Amino acid sequence: MVPDQSFQHAHSAHCESGVMSLMMHHYGLPLSEAMVFGLSGALMFAYLPFVKLGGMPLIAYRSRPRAIIKGLQKNLGIKMKMQTFSHPAEGSKTLDSLLEQGEIVGAQTSVFWLPYFPEEMRFHFNAHNLIIYKKEGDEYLISDPVFETPVRCETQALQKARFVKGVMAPKGLLYYPVHVPESINFAVVIPKAIRKNAKAMLKTPVPIAGIRGIRYLAKAIGKLEQKDRRYAKLFLGHIVRMQEEIGTGGAGFRFIYASFLQEAGKLLDNPLLSETSEMMTLVGDQWREFALMLAKAIRSKESQTTDFLALKTKLESVADAEAAVYRKLLEGNLV
Amino acid sequence: MDNSKVPQHNISTYANNKKAIYATDENGKYGIIASSGWDVEEAATKQALKELERLSSLAYDQALSGQASPLYFHMYDRRMDLQTLAQATGMFQWRIKRHFRPTAFDKLSAKMFARYADTLGISIQELRELPDRRANGA
Repeated sequence: MVPDQSFQHAHSAHCESGVMSLMMHHYGLPLSEAMVFGLSGALMFAYLPFVKLGGMPLIAYRSRPRAIIKGLQKNLGIKMKMQTFSHPAEGSKTLDSLLEQGEIVGAQTSVFWLPYFPEEMRFHFNAHNLIIYKKEGDEYLISDPVFETPVRCETQALQKARFVKGVMAPKGLLYYPVHVPESINFAVVIPKAIRKNAKAMLKTPVPIAGIRGIRYLAKAIGKLEQKDRRYAKLFLGHIVRMQEEIGTGGAGFRFIYASFLQEAGKLLDNPLLSETSEMMTLVGDQWREFALMLAKAIRSKESQTTDFLALKTKLESVADAEAAVYRKLLEGNLV
Repeated sequence: MDNSKVPQHNISTYANNKKAIYATDENGKYGIIASSGWDVEEAATKQALKELERLSSLAYDQALSGQASPLYFHMYDRRMDLQTLAQATGMFQWRIKRHFRPTAFDKLSAKMFARYADTLGISIQELRELPDRRANGA
């Protein structure tokens, strides 16, 4: 596709929504990161105790990796070319030739093998997203949305990061748009995306996702009393990391969704959306209060006991408050 | 969250980087604020790093005394666990566990050494040895 302008980097909260927002801007469809996140319907909660990552159960505040890219395609009629490779050499060749054609290219990578990441933030997480927009000598110029400014990465390091094996292995995934609609009928797509997301949060058939997933996690916290103390503390720290450390824009994507509701409310001149945006902000604040309680628990001395029941109760009240937002969105008139 | 409440704790784990946080201005309008970090997040990240350090230090001692192979140490040193290493190498966990025994490890083929070294991002020579304790900080 022919780009609208020379590529512009922007600082985003989350890698996947950041990449998609930057790409859409580049090809003439200015969608904010919050709009990308909201319209893809990627807000979620899931607690999967049987899936372990680095010895800890999977806790997610958004739906699975690639869900933002896929959701946006489905909901907005954008068409993306997505390509994985069985041989690293082939993957690098394709990337280079796309860059030569003037394309900006999205890629999935591991975090651990990216040398420009702060040493203390390098963990084995394989579903990071970034944009490669140029090659200069032996270096790629990269727009990593969670960084303030563009970064550089050596060819070999990027290749390693693109071809790690394991959970959510990127397999060298490259992606770029082949069709971007000129305009979007927001009055249709916004209510549809919101309703679908609210339903997914409220009416999951499985007890591990959505609001039920939050309550399930609360229950698990209540049971930590009987577990090994070191494990219990690591478990609590793990929740904080998934909520705040992974680029979520604060409070596990709840603020970014509130921002989306606000922008949507303005676009459609809809007071209900503005009102629910404020409600969601308060929910986000509660998630942060919860994180603060968790941090106090993990920093506590050996002799101090942790009030797991208080943590459980707090999380249950967060679940109640968040459920109220979705109910209000489903009951009201969104157009 | 209000703009003024966005934490700016200059946390060490960010190494002078900033993270984008969504917050509202005095009119309630959302925007992105660059945050130098929240000490709550720092506590959680550091806790995870400390746990990895604890495991790698234990593994170091075991490898030093000949109870475990250097591979056992290098796995934790590269912030992996058995599951991550198995998935990254494409090998069964029981097979890797066997290679945690010094006798089995020493007998590995050059190809197997290369496979581990490549996955861990270190040289074969580094893989077969233990680093200097102080240089490593273990």
